[in-house]
Amino acid sequence: MDQVYQIEGVSLTVQMPAELDHPSSERLKKETDFYLENYHIQHIIFDFRNTNFMDSSGIGVMAGRYRLLDLRGGSVEAVHVSERIDKILHLSGMHKIMKIHREERKDG
Amino acid sequence: MDKKKKTANEMAIEFDGYPSNEGFARVAVAAFCTQLNPTLEEVADLKTALSEAITNAIIHGYEGEVHKIRLECKLEKNTIYIAVTDKGKGIEDIEKAMQPMYTTKPELDRSGMGFVFMEAFMDQVQVESRPGEGTVVRMKKVIGGQV
Repeated sequence: MDQVYQIEGVSLTVQMPAELDHPSSERLKKETDFYLENYHIQHIIFDFRNTNFMDSSGIGVMAGRYRLLDLRGGSVEAVHVSERIDKILHLSGMHKIMKIHREERKDG
Repeated sequence: MDKKKKTANEMAIEFDGYPSNEGFARVAVAAFCTQLNPTLEEVADLKTALSEAITNAIIHGYEGEVHKIRLECKLEKNTIYIAVTDKGKGIEDIEKAMQPMYTTKPELDRSGMGFVFMEAFMDQVQVESRPGEGTVVRMKKVIGGQV
């Protein structure tokens, strides 16, 4: 299994879970904040390559981490975003606060 | 026995409001609605909307305490009806609760987008609530509606 959290310089890459819902978001929030508190992180990359479900709990986690990093002059972005996830991110206005990199996938 | 001819197909599940049951509820509805031959997109829409309603019941209705949540589904012709009922604290101001970005729990990093998602992914969303008694969210979606 891939590592969920990877630090490279001031960047933290987070592998998003297959189902980004209420319980997995709570876990993700707690773990991500551990890294933000203990390392000098300026940038978070949320990697959606394994994610096939997401609801507004996931939006809450990303928006919350954005606010924390924005205070430090940092930023967040999303990579390997499927059409479905992209739709949800846009619906929530997340494209206004973060870069979103689409990935064409057969499973949408 | 009711002699009326049955035209609808119904199911109901009652489960404890543990966050870990949200995935179970999504899968149950997804499996039940396959009879209407939905697209993957339509199934994803139903799962997201349902997830929002159940998360609301757990976080806002019961505020972290574990009580029963009732999920009812009905298939009639090409339409799925979903009702999620909790007996929690209820919603004081439904109109306000349904506004985008409005949340009573920003400290929990809630996005305030739950009802927005329900309305975006379903054809109709109705909320009935009484403070101190609980909330019912009724949603409806026509399957095979978009070509």
